[in-house]
Amino acid sequence: MISKIYETAEQALDGLLRNGMSIASGGFGLCGIPETLIAAIARSGVQNLTVISNNAGVDDFGLGIMVRSRQISRIIASYVGENKEFERQYLSGELEVEFNPQGTLAERIRAGGAGIPAFYTRTGVGTILAEGKEIRTFAGFDHVMETGLVADLAIVKAWRADPFGNLVYRKSARNFNPIVATCGKVTIAEVEEIVGPGELDPSQIHTPGIYVQRVIHAACNEKRIEQKTLKKEAL
Amino acid sequence: MVWTRDQMAARAARELKPGNFVNLGIGIPTLVANHVPADIDVTLHSENGILGLGPFPTEDEVDADVINAGKQTITELRRTSYFSSADSFAMVRGGHINLSILGAMEVDEEGSLANWMVPGQTVKGPGGAMDLVAGVPRIIVLMDHVTKTGSAKFRRSCSLPYTGRYVVDMIITDLAVFARPDRQSRFTLMECAPDVSVRNVMESTQASFDLGDYF
Repeated sequence: MISKIYETAEQALDGLLRNGMSIASGGFGLCGIPETLIAAIARSGVQNLTVISNNAGVDDFGLGIMVRSRQISRIIASYVGENKEFERQYLSGELEVEFNPQGTLAERIRAGGAGIPAFYTRTGVGTILAEGKEIRTFAGFDHVMETGLVADLAIVKAWRADPFGNLVYRKSARNFNPIVATCGKVTIAEVEEIVGPGELDPSQIHTPGIYVQRVIHAACNEKRIEQKTLKKEAL
Repeated sequence: MVWTRDQMAARAARELKPGNFVNLGIGIPTLVANHVPADIDVTLHSENGILGLGPFPTEDEVDADVINAGKQTITELRRTSYFSSADSFAMVRGGHINLSILGAMEVDEEGSLANWMVPGQTVKGPGGAMDLVAGVPRIIVLMDHVTKTGSAKFRRSCSLPYTGRYVVDMIITDLAVFARPDRQSRFTLMECAPDVSVRNVMESTQASFDLGDYF
């Protein structure tokens, strides 16, 4: 039996990183981000990355650490609010940002992974995000053409994996991870728990192992919370 | 007397219908959840992949893997389901979410709205707002009637970059409620806050609108 499990993030990334490559990352805010792999890619010093991710982390956590070390030259994202160094690089022109509506970003990633080069959506029609893109009318409404996205490397966070790379996500930490897992030429999953063959219920697998080439046990599971909101404060 | 944020949220909650799937935006719209009438069963949607949002957790219930689209910690309900971001926006784009209540910087008299960027200021990105206004069949905007500097937010045309065109069905402000039966129609003034006159509303509004039968 061939196992996809690697001991460390460095071993899992070995041979995959090169300057100028594209990396897609799962996660929403800081929820469900591949913390261990992001930290390892930051340590590797790889430069001039194009990153596909819904958000860009915060200054000292998640993708924010790669922003701070200036390893990212271009990012395709929907919302990058919580990151001051990001703002600075963006305003100074050091960092190129392509904003996508969040659902369009999700569908571009899904389409890319599914071999669909482009699709039409009503989202964004009549806004500056549709400028320069093909518009076609279906059923009386204008739609904008958006293209599928693929990445040289996809990194995701899951709850559990087996040696075949089958993945199960936990609660809302699923978010972009299942689609990001499909859009990488190579996909690495970091997981909270690795289980043995047959221990995942085949009916409950979210990402079949065909999409996942390498798996590591997550060394970082900080799971930082951005807005801890408690019942007492609840209005 | 102008309506408070909570009164605006309570007014918006009266638009909820039994069985609705509803997406609430960040800010005043989030307050709508506190005013859902006991006999109206609605399911709240969160763009990050949740149907069935529960209330904020106690300290013991906090789970970093259970957050809403505002990145706030929340709880599950017995009906809760989780899914990917692609599925979440398939629900939005596919018209399966019945109602979205969101904030706006500006709305114009054609029902186009702007709520994601101010040129010259830091742009954070549209998030899911463009998807929601394009895909959800009923859009209610909750916003202050005028900006902090006193200029009208319900305008002849938006001065800020659009989030979506011709998409707003109802506007609830601290002064008044405007609605229209479909997206080709003009807005009609439906209600004013207590002791707010039609004249008060007209003076604070740049958009043209019709007066409802009530007036």
